[in-house]
Amino acid sequence: MKVAVSGPLRDAVGGAAAVDVEAATIRELLGRLVDRYPRLEAQLDAGIAVAINGEIFRDNWSEPIPAGAEVVLMPRIQGG
Amino acid sequence: MSHDASLTNRNFKVVGTRVPRPDGVDKVTGRARYGADATAPGQLVGMILRSPHAHALIRSIDTSKAEALPGVKAVITSADLPDKVNGRRDLLDILENCMARGRALYDGHAVAAVAAIDAETAKQALKLIKIDYKVLPHVTDVDEAMQEGAPIVQPWVRTAGGDPNKETNVSQISEFGHGDVEAGFAEADVVIERSYKTEQTHQGYIEPHACLASVGPDGQGELWVTTQGHYTFRNQCAELLGMEIAKLKVTSSEIGGGFGGKTHVWMEPVALALSRKANRPVKLVMTRDEVFRATGPTCSTSIDVKIGVKRDGRITGAKAVLRYQDGAFPGIWGMLGAMTSWACYDLPNVKSIAYDVLVNRPKVAAYRAPSAPMAAFAVESTMDIVAGAIGMDPVDFRLLNAAKEGTRASYGPTYGPIGIRATLEAVKNHPQMKVKLKPNQGRGMACGFWFNFGGQTCATVNIGVDGTINVSVGTVDVGGSRASLSLIAAEELGVPYETVKCTIADTASLGHNDTTEGSRGTFSSGMAIIFACRNAIEELRNRAAKTWDIPVQDVHWQDGQAVALGIQHSNLQPLTLAQIAAKSPRTGGPIAGHNEVVADGAGVSFASHICDVEVDPETGATRVLRYAVIQDAGRAIHPDYVEGQFQGAAAQGIGWALNEEYIYGKDGRLQNPGFLDYRIPVCSDLPFIDTQILEIPNPGHPYGIRGVGETSIVPPLAAIGNAVSNAVGVRLTHVPMSPPRILKAIKAERSLAGDRRVSAG
Repeated sequence: MKVAVSGPLRDAVGGAAAVDVEAATIRELLGRLVDRYPRLEAQLDAGIAVAINGEIFRDNWSEPIPAGAEVVLMPRIQGG
Repeated sequence: MSHDASLTNRNFKVVGTRVPRPDGVDKVTGRARYGADATAPGQLVGMILRSPHAHALIRSIDTSKAEALPGVKAVITSADLPDKVNGRRDLLDILENCMARGRALYDGHAVAAVAAIDAETAKQALKLIKIDYKVLPHVTDVDEAMQEGAPIVQPWVRTAGGDPNKETNVSQISEFGHGDVEAGFAEADVVIERSYKTEQTHQGYIEPHACLASVGPDGQGELWVTTQGHYTFRNQCAELLGMEIAKLKVTSSEIGGGFGGKTHVWMEPVALALSRKANRPVKLVMTRDEVFRATGPTCSTSIDVKIGVKRDGRITGAKAVLRYQDGAFPGIWGMLGAMTSWACYDLPNVKSIAYDVLVNRPKVAAYRAPSAPMAAFAVESTMDIVAGAIGMDPVDFRLLNAAKEGTRASYGPTYGPIGIRATLEAVKNHPQMKVKLKPNQGRGMACGFWFNFGGQTCATVNIGVDGTINVSVGTVDVGGSRASLSLIAAEELGVPYETVKCTIADTASLGHNDTTEGSRGTFSSGMAIIFACRNAIEELRNRAAKTWDIPVQDVHWQDGQAVALGIQHSNLQPLTLAQIAAKSPRTGGPIAGHNEVVADGAGVSFASHICDVEVDPETGATRVLRYAVIQDAGRAIHPDYVEGQFQGAAAQGIGWALNEEYIYGKDGRLQNPGFLDYRIPVCSDLPFIDTQILEIPNPGHPYGIRGVGETSIVPPLAAIGNAVSNAVGVRLTHVPMSPPRILKAIKAERSLAGDRRVSAG
């Protein structure tokens, strides 16, 4: 599965705009990414969001990732 | 987490009606209790001493004379707020912002605080605190702060991913986009590039920050506070002060406006620390001067935009470079500007690069769709210039390039069902577009985007024995959510709205709730209430089954009553919720429903605004003649409140566009920290703001809600900028478009025209 990486998170994955990783849930995805890119851990602490087929998940790490889904790793946003 | 579309699209009975607001009587009669309205026996008055310098080393602080003053019960400095945050930089920044630690970083930065028996004594004590400052060079402008040799605001800051040895004011560089923008510009028939500036503004909430703090020698504490998120305040205050979370109870007062500015702690940890030291309750109420100088306004910005377009109107390339100042601490506000800048459009080649920059100004906080209005001002102004350059109607130009379902957003994901095109079609058909303009009048329109989000949420529904309903939520009611949430509970349970009372629970009474921000109040608590009501309905069916002594599977919930299904039960009359509740003591006790949820699945929303203005060419003063807001609400639970949000956002945007700005002197001190010199619009400045609610249901919410509180602050700067520019025939590129700035632009254009005539002659 190709995971698009956006914004300042790219720095933590060596500047890549996308990375290949297999995962069935957001938790699994983030776990495998941190294993591969340890600098991503600080970003996880600062906050991260994952968009699956356009729907943004900020906290629900149990969310399943369907086969063939579009997955985008995004910085966590704040609102007013 | 898509929800059943048949529920999202169903016909609602009470949702969508305009019922009276439950907090209305209290608010108009003065019974409502705001942040400053709490008292406690033996309470002290807290006051804060603030830096008069934009940047200064604090060599020493002598509090001895203040402490010796009769009536003073506690004096604190950063020494009383030791670092207990276990290396968490974000918390340490908050702690340092609450009280300077060796260096004052901006005019108004807290350096010491006192608690005394009355205000006079506290004021006197502040004057007795002696501070030896060494004034340091400062920088308040975002572009200057990025230059080589600029004064460094925070010596520990390094650009993320940059040179680890280089001191800098740029804390983060963020890039978003896809495609090849340079190829897009090469392919274009016309390329337009412009630069813009926006000045710093404050949310301008009428109620200043206020709290009553009490911490006992047993380590237990209470905080009454005006806030958008009392759970977040509890957690942060407990962490900063080394308290146990469960032993600090925080109660949110009524709130007199927040708009993002009350999502952060400012002086609450100071009040708690004073109370802990004095062993007395401490009430701390900010003055307006303090609110301006020492809470969190939004950024000032400097933005470059470049758009390439084919003669047929198709955009081939779009790029924005955004420089946002975050105040004296690192933030993500530039990044948010980059993410939102092109979100309205379907672009093959797009890039946004954001610089988050430190300056000697207060720590920036969220302000309603934070960062998006400034980016929209730059992008939407350039969109109008491009439309003019290719001779296309600005609305048609936007429609041709508007994002739609399936568009890859410039910030990454692909959109589901969205409403940008619907808002633009509504603009085309709006009666205001047909009103003929007179001399010195101009019309402008612009689009805006905001993400919206959900988050951790918890709700309880308790059914009283008389059949009335208590709903407890933990999201502070900033914009009327108690009415909306009561409607949702009434809809789900099938009972009249008038039987439901919604209360904002304190932090000891309900599980954690994220702050009311990101337009999440009705979205996320609405979701939790729907699930809590369904939980309660299960119990109501159980109780009916017990009463009838039939299997629960045979009991159906319909229109607020239990119905026994099947021919074998045809002799059983339905039991209303009130009838079941009345018997509850003997069928198993209280009936309640609960839900804890991470309310993800928020739907993005879009708005398009139309503005007509008249500009006096002699004075440069602008009058807004007509204004219309069109926004996709997903589902309008309480249309009055939705319209109120639309109108309020437009009003704030009008003030931001035309008048409001932080003005700093050469000494780095804020020159206008009060409503006389920082002018927010009053009723007489505004026309009636027309609204049109569109409903494109969000599949991520059981009722289709998107959240409505923020999006409509995004288009006004640009809509007004386009209107003013059309009225005066000169492109305005600097917000606020105050009379002096408009006059300057007109004079510059006249002078340029004169030069052109001379050179032609």
